[in-house]
Amino acid sequence: MRVLVVEDDSQVAAYLIKGLKEQGHNVDHAADGKNGLFLASSEDYDAMIIDRMLPELDGLAIVKSVRAAGKTTPMLILSALGEVDARVEGLRAGGDDYLTKPFAFSELLARLDALLRRARQTTATETTLRVADLELDQLTRTVKRGGITIALQPREYRLLEYLMHNAGRVVTRTMLLEQVWDYYFDPQTNVIDVHISRLRGKIDKNFDPPLLQTVRGAGYMIREPE
Amino acid sequence: MRASLLHTSTFRLALVYMVLFAGSVLILLGFIYWSTVTYMAEQTDATIRAEITGLAEQYRERGLNGLEKTISERVERDPNGSSVYLFASPNRSPLAGNLSAWPDVLPAADGWLDFEFKDPRAGGRVFQARARAFVLQDGLHLLVGRDTRELKATQRLITRALLWGIAMTLALALLGGVVMSRGMLRRIELINQTSRNIMAGDLSQRIPIRGSGDELDQLAGNLNTMIDEIERLMDGIRHVSDNIAHDLRTPLTRLRNRLEQLLVDLEDGSPYRSQVEQGIAEADQLLATFAALLRIARIEAGGHKARFKPVDLAALVGDAAELYEALAEEKQLRFSTRVDASVSLEGDRDLLFQALTNLIDNAIKYTPAGGEVSLELMRVGKTADIAVSDTGSGIAETERDKVGQRFYRLESSRNTPGSGLGLSLVKAVAKLHRATLLLEDNAPGLKATLRLPLGPNREDR
Repeated sequence: MRVLVVEDDSQVAAYLIKGLKEQGHNVDHAADGKNGLFLASSEDYDAMIIDRMLPELDGLAIVKSVRAAGKTTPMLILSALGEVDARVEGLRAGGDDYLTKPFAFSELLARLDALLRRARQTTATETTLRVADLELDQLTRTVKRGGITIALQPREYRLLEYLMHNAGRVVTRTMLLEQVWDYYFDPQTNVIDVHISRLRGKIDKNFDPPLLQTVRGAGYMIREPE
Repeated sequence: MRASLLHTSTFRLALVYMVLFAGSVLILLGFIYWSTVTYMAEQTDATIRAEITGLAEQYRERGLNGLEKTISERVERDPNGSSVYLFASPNRSPLAGNLSAWPDVLPAADGWLDFEFKDPRAGGRVFQARARAFVLQDGLHLLVGRDTRELKATQRLITRALLWGIAMTLALALLGGVVMSRGMLRRIELINQTSRNIMAGDLSQRIPIRGSGDELDQLAGNLNTMIDEIERLMDGIRHVSDNIAHDLRTPLTRLRNRLEQLLVDLEDGSPYRSQVEQGIAEADQLLATFAALLRIARIEAGGHKARFKPVDLAALVGDAAELYEALAEEKQLRFSTRVDASVSLEGDRDLLFQALTNLIDNAIKYTPAGGEVSLELMRVGKTADIAVSDTGSGIAETERDKVGQRFYRLESSRNTPGSGLGLSLVKAVAKLHRATLLLEDNAPGLKATLRLPLGPNREDR
């Protein structure tokens, strides 16, 4: 995947480039807003990571002009401002996701993966999600594993749906709170863990192999074990 | 509180001034009255004495007949004059003069008679007069005096002028006091209003200065300078604490990322894995604490108000219950929710949710297995109460004020995980929404109530 990183902080940039390259991405880097805009509008990328505060040109201006040119490239905005206002502003300008600095690299990676997946999926219209013998039918909202229907609560269904949309990719707890529960807040305890273990009890307990895995220090992932 | 007109010092000052002024006017007019009346009375007496002297001369030169003739002449010459004469026989029946009968009064010690008489020529009207009486030879009586109607009228006039003067002085002074106080009050109220807004958190406000350079302008100027200084200090503190939290957060994140990288690099069966994982968990805890500190600082700065939107509290409480019920069940707690009303208010949905979940989280954390946690939304008059009750150890009354302080932790909870910022955050969110956080004894346990005022959630300007 070709990823553009527009970031003026050389330390953050180096760290991002290194991490993304390790993940097998092809990374271009611009250290200021002007170069960033030039690359963003002249090249084709699969995703862009754009810092909000940039010399020469504001990060939001790049996002706006890319969108104005009709490009749908997923864009992740980075910001040190870190307040909800800034997030809303960033998303309104046309950003697809928003991450506050400093961030855990796993969080960035998980979000970037989700964006890339979403971008690809807009073209494919699959109504049934599958991971191994687990099936989720988005039309009838039913879940089956090995042909056996599993009854889920509405929230459990949404949780599983989101995980299966991102099958094979790490999903962080914050992403789950934002996407499944639709609240931007910091829980004092890991409430999500309980919901995951309940879901696990329904989809994994009486089946083999276990599909819903905990990724230590990062989040969760649903996938077929190799 | 608003100062009312009657309680202003300016008005009191005006009242005192009014009383002093009225007193002075009273003394002044009293003196004028006294001197005028005395002067007029003396004039009257002098005139009477002159008449007597004149008549005595006539009497000496021309005898009784001459006297009687002179009196008749004088009465005829000036029938409407203010002089009063009566020449009477020894049995006091009138012989000449303009009095129809001898007055029925005895002279005072100084020889003067003050009496009333009926003037037959004026249709029996009663007049007042002042006179002296003499007994001449042969027992004849003579009375010489003057009508004092004018004197009395003047006295009444002066008395009336005096009373009017006092009444008008009082009215003018009162009016002046009110006008002056209101002008003053308006300016002072402006200062008070600005101070109230500043106390409510809007440090950008300044007291307007009229430019007249008077003492109120000077006061406003001094207050403004003081507010500038406070704002500068507050900014400094905010800046410093933001910077500390931020500057520590960045290297801490880097540390965490290195540990994460290490975890990726370690072989699956490595004995160091769990150590590294623990390190990451601890770094996450620290990061969460810094994030909470920064969040509280930003909430207290008040910038969130701009994005207040209608929030459906019933839905909010329902979502929180749905999210935490599983956690409570895992800890073997009974969890109940009661939503009595559909209430919505202007607020920040995410922050309210954060505050509510912090309360629920605490309740679950501090209630032992087998206990109960209940969540309630009630509409009470013009407020919405969101109450989180538990049957845990509760908080001693003496400690209830302290638990909202940053990093304050109860002795009993030292060993439970937590940053000691949960309730500070709730308090900050409550303040932002003009709400109060009530901590009550649930006997046993704690009942934490977030009391949110409904209606326009803006500072009253």
